Amino acid sequence: MMRGAQRLVALRNYRRLWPLRALVPALIGLATMAVSLKNCSAEENLSVFSPASPPATAARDLFYLILGVTGAIFVLVEGLLIYSALRYRHKPKGEKTEPAQIYGSAPLEIAWTVAPLLIVFVLFLVVVRSVVEAREDPSHANLVEIKVIGHQWWWEYVYTDETGQIIRTANEMHVPCGPLGDPTPVALDLVSADVVHSFWVPRLAGKTDLIPGRNNRMWFGTDAPATYYGQCAEFCGMQHANMKLLVIAEPPEDYRAWLENERSDAVEDAAVAAGRERFLALACVNCHTIRGTASRGVVGPDLTHLMARQTLAAGAAPLDRDKLLAWIEDPDTIKPGSLMPNMHLSKADAELLVSYLETLK
Amino acid sequence: MAIVEGATPNGPDRAARHSAGGLQRAGARPGAAAIVSTWVTTVDHKQIGILYTLTTLVFLVIGGVEAMAIRWQLWSPDGTKIGPDAFNQLFTMHGTTMVFFVVMPMLIGFANYLVPLMIGARDMAFPRLNAFSYWLFLFGGLLTYFSFLAGGAPNVGWFAYAPLTEYAFSRDHSTDYWILGLLVSGIGTLAGAINLVVTILTMRCPGMSLGKVPLFVWMMLFDALLLVIALPPLTAALAMLLMDRGLGAHFFDTQAGGSALLWQHLFWFFGHPEVYVMALPAFGIISEVVPVFSRKVIFGYESVAAATVGIGFISMGVWAHHMFTVGMSNTLDAIFSGATFLIAVPTGIKIFNWIATIYGGRVRFDTPMLFALGFLAMFLMGGLTGIMLAAVPVDWQVSDTYFVVGHFHYVLFGGSLFAMMSAFYYWFPKVTGRMMSERLGRWHFALMLIGFNLTFFPMHIAGLLGMPRRIYTYSADRGWTYWNQLSTIGAMLLGVAFAIFFWNLFVSYRRGKPAGDDPWDAWTLEWATTSPPAHYNFEKIPVVRSRRPLWDLKHPEDPDWDHE
Amino acid sequence: MSQSIQSPASAAPDTRHGAGLRADLGPADRVRVGMITFLISEAAFFSTLLMAYIMYMGQPMPGPTPAEVLKLPLAVAGTICLLLSSVTVHMAAGALRGARMGAFYLTLAVTIALGAAFLVLTAMEWRELIFEHRLTISRNLFGTTYFTLVGFHAIHVTVGVILLTVMFALAKARQVTQANHDPFEVVSWYWHFVDTVWIAVFTLVYLVGR
Repeated sequence: MMRGAQRLVALRNYRRLWPLRALVPALIGLATMAVSLKNCSAEENLSVFSPASPPATAARDLFYLILGVTGAIFVLVEGLLIYSALRYRHKPKGEKTEPAQIYGSAPLEIAWTVAPLLIVFVLFLVVVRSVVEAREDPSHANLVEIKVIGHQWWWEYVYTDETGQIIRTANEMHVPCGPLGDPTPVALDLVSADVVHSFWVPRLAGKTDLIPGRNNRMWFGTDAPATYYGQCAEFCGMQHANMKLLVIAEPPEDYRAWLENERSDAVEDAAVAAGRERFLALACVNCHTIRGTASRGVVGPDLTHLMARQTLAAGAAPLDRDKLLAWIEDPDTIKPGSLMPNMHLSKADAELLVSYLETLK
Repeated sequence: MAIVEGATPNGPDRAARHSAGGLQRAGARPGAAAIVSTWVTTVDHKQIGILYTLTTLVFLVIGGVEAMAIRWQLWSPDGTKIGPDAFNQLFTMHGTTMVFFVVMPMLIGFANYLVPLMIGARDMAFPRLNAFSYWLFLFGGLLTYFSFLAGGAPNVGWFAYAPLTEYAFSRDHSTDYWILGLLVSGIGTLAGAINLVVTILTMRCPGMSLGKVPLFVWMMLFDALLLVIALPPLTAALAMLLMDRGLGAHFFDTQAGGSALLWQHLFWFFGHPEVYVMALPAFGIISEVVPVFSRKVIFGYESVAAATVGIGFISMGVWAHHMFTVGMSNTLDAIFSGATFLIAVPTGIKIFNWIATIYGGRVRFDTPMLFALGFLAMFLMGGLTGIMLAAVPVDWQVSDTYFVVGHFHYVLFGGSLFAMMSAFYYWFPKVTGRMMSERLGRWHFALMLIGFNLTFFPMHIAGLLGMPRRIYTYSADRGWTYWNQLSTIGAMLLGVAFAIFFWNLFVSYRRGKPAGDDPWDAWTLEWATTSPPAHYNFEKIPVVRSRRPLWDLKHPEDPDWDHE
Repeated sequence: MSQSIQSPASAAPDTRHGAGLRADLGPADRVRVGMITFLISEAAFFSTLLMAYIMYMGQPMPGPTPAEVLKLPLAVAGTICLLLSSVTVHMAAGALRGARMGAFYLTLAVTIALGAAFLVLTAMEWRELIFEHRLTISRNLFGTTYFTLVGFHAIHVTVGVILLTVMFALAKARQVTQANHDPFEVVSWYWHFVDTVWIAVFTLVYLVGR
């Protein structure tokens, strides 16, 4: 016991014990981290550790494997480092001569070359199989195909229904979910209209880039209704931060109802005829489409069913009257640098237009 | 033979005139103008090394301020302190500055100073080319920074993906400044690399075969060779982009059939060896410091050297691991994943060699060794997160997120920068003749270690929770706030640590303890000169017989050559 | 310590400079090793441009295609000029080593003339491409890659012609001599390299790609 106390005193006096000093905050950090990684408490959960689709689950499982292996390596090697540095520290009262000079050891060096080689080789094989599995396009009776076109800074979705009709919408992707245990796969065909973007909804799958001049393909599948969040993951200019993704997985009946609504032309509400006339008279028609009217612009998002969405400007703001008003009066107040120009509308015009837009359910 | 005792391209007479700053009456103190003139016209490798170091320290402060601004903006969600335009310039310039104007030139500056001394030469092979390299680096950096005054700094990210950089999407001149600044400083870097290769291959003192050079020299040789091969493709890519923007060419113009991926391939073909260019000299520094402060010869010199060569070769074959998300074929993904896993092996071997050097030694925890130990701990972590990134499906999740930002800061800051701090404390006595303050050094180390981990460890978590890179703000609902705040606090600690470091440099230069020629009881040739070395380095060119000439002299009963 | 470092005399040191490398390099080899290293970097540079050319070869595009506008005669003439100039510069290097200055000046002058002729022929071809066929760097991918590749090569030829002229002047000023022939030697290596690049460019652009 005396020896132990002596050792403790010796340790306390040893002010340069940097590894121990770093250990306590490290442990606290680890504990907090473990608790937070699932991120269940966040309203919008984008955690890699809460997968809801086979590709995301596979990625998480692979991560756990690698974390285990690298974690073990870390503990071993870092431990050896700390042990060596402390055990062989220079003691002022100790010997004055130089320690034994060891120039190397062929057996040891071969061993610590071969062992890591084997480890990475095994990991490599696991990875190859994982890649092949993830890339296999799923075949399923209910497979849904959606074309995704990336724009600065919004998402365009093109659905094709059973009759072959094209349905365009923007920023909010609805997909059918399968019954529990049998996820319905959704295949995305990814293209870009301008610069490189990246489609990333972590709970559904890893990210795949949208590259102009190239078609990329990815898939995910869900088996429970939920809302999934993500955002563009390749720097694409001024408002890269506000190019958010919203994927709503819903039961097949709800999905079909949504698609049906999206397919239909715009609501024609006589009460807002003045607003509609104003819209059609202004430059709005150059950029936006409202099916059932003369507005056929394709530069900006399709507005036919604007109010069926939850957010404005690809997640830059919630979709309500005030925000809509602010947006069309001066987009820079919500999304500075947005490619929608300030139309310098009068207050009256703005109110009129918003009243019309609010009917586009 | 061109190198004879005392006879140099400059000659001892010219040397004396140089150090006195022009024609002087004996005993007269040189005036300020003369001093400036000496430094501006110098072709002496030591002065050029100091010029590089001081200039990169200035860029380090600027890059650090840019980082602090980024962390300040990211403290709270929906932050409005810095808007997207300014923020995009900040992270672009932070990355560009740290890679091209801090880490790489600082290491080249160290190499400039140390390599001739370590190989027993009087200067680099081409002293005037050496000076030219420095001034090109400086002008390249200034040109890039001039953009702030000329309409805005580059704002396309430090790797500037096309077609965002094409004229259609970047209408102002900021991207042109980025291209031209890098072209100018790149030519300087290439010239410096050629100089290093030639110096190391042709100017070693008698007896110093390539198998007997200090490991720092060996690493610099392969570092320079990597640059010679990997830098020109960047030059070509920059030229192509300049022609796209200025002459309407279509290399990366996707509207006309050009390829966005071509830029990525070309950039990363340079970009990945570039990170090894920044790592190899750090390995070299550690290979010098760890043995001296463990009082033991490096364990396995040959395998450390061979591992370096392996890393150099493999590093030219892993570039597309930055492109796993672009939709390459399974085969290509597998090849690059395999190569990336493979490169972990020689890197890991080195860490084992260094630990084996410490084991059984008599470890002294002077500040250079503290930073070396910090390097070993942090670089290991960065390497392990690199292995995670090599697993393609994991990369599909965490690529382009803060996980990657955490990873590369662990290897470049926890790795290269910690090694450079170690180098400062280790060689400052040789350069200035004075010791740096150990007390300040320990505070510097402790705050930097804690601040660094507090800044960058939470980034791995933020990335795993879905936070992408390069976003000027984030919403409160995503659960990222806490981790961002930890990072910001850590950054503030780092600011204090750097302040202590600069204070230490300043105060030690003025009033540091006189160091003598060999304050650390070390074994390589630079410690056989005065501190600072005479202009001509060595009175007589040394003749060596082993890897540790001074050990042989200090231990004639057990010289190295009996064991090598 | 300022004493010289000498290993104890009992151990016979390996006193050759740079001992250990097969070529036994020393400070006299600085210029040669430097040029070789530089040429490696240039090879990396041109490989990139060649690779970009290959990548875009045969892509569908508007405007003139290689087959339509590239004519062999001028290009072949230029190739012959360059190949001959490599022969003459090699002769010049040999003449300098043997201190036969008359032959040196003659062969060097012919080399410079042939290099200049190549540039003139390139200019003639470009004039035709730009003004008659309306092929510019911005016209299409072929224009982009062609003018970039051939243009950078022509820049290197220009630099080579300048270097050779400078060597001529330095020789006249007795700075470049039999004793100090290394600088000229390495400039001739540079010239050979530029010629080799042209062989690759010619083969790719005028033979394979047309």
